[in-house]
Amino acid sequence: MADVNRGNRPLSPHLQVYRLPLAAITSIMTRITGHALVAGIVLITWWLVAAVTSPGAFACADWVVRSWLGFIILTGSMWALWYHLLAGLRHLFYDAGYGLEIEQAHKSSQALIAGSVVLAVLTLIVFFVF
Amino acid sequence: MHYITPRKAAEGLGSAHEGTQHHWAMTVSAVALTVLTPLFMIVVARAIGLSQEQLLAYFGRPFPALITALFVIVGMVHFIKGTRIMIDDYFQGGTRKAAIIFSVIFGWAVIAAAVYALARMGLGAIVVL
Repeated sequence: MADVNRGNRPLSPHLQVYRLPLAAITSIMTRITGHALVAGIVLITWWLVAAVTSPGAFACADWVVRSWLGFIILTGSMWALWYHLLAGLRHLFYDAGYGLEIEQAHKSSQALIAGSVVLAVLTLIVFFVF
Repeated sequence: MHYITPRKAAEGLGSAHEGTQHHWAMTVSAVALTVLTPLFMIVVARAIGLSQEQLLAYFGRPFPALITALFVIVGMVHFIKGTRIMIDDYFQGGTRKAAIIFSVIFGWAVIAAAVYALARMGLGAIVVL
């Protein structure tokens, strides 16, 4: 296709020697958190299915949910959900043509990290207080 | 070539004739999930620590059941479409096909399992009462 911009395209950075800028790190983190969320949803679904299977099955699943491993998976999933949600919101703004300048992307990346941590801590506080 | 306007690049579905729908489906499910995610967190947070009987009664109620069903269904469809892009980016040939098949089957298996559990809880509540 005789389309625009031939031979003047940006080159991909060589990932082994290239220090990723913050916007690139927050971008790949969106994909990582999205896929890691499998652990949380599988745990919750197993727990729900176990509850309608038998008291023994529920005791086993409920023990895992309430154990330190369950706490790590669910707390991690909760943070990943907030992170992925905020990153997804940023994508909606990107799609609409906003925030695409390097400086803006750097600031939104900082907001993304800070926002997800703040929301995760607030969620934990609300969970343990109420 | 110099007479091609930017409109040429933006119009139509592109050479693959798909992808626009994929992107739009991700946009719609993403917007739905921005609402469903905080609600699902509340539903799960309130459920943790309940006994088995309490849990069955809890998810027998409309709000926890509907939020959980919607979150799992919309979330896993979003997951299937999201992993598809990751698989297309990193895998080729037979590995790519196998990964896509696994991702789709896994996603729908999670949906089926969660909906089955919720249905059992909801129907059980009606039968017992």
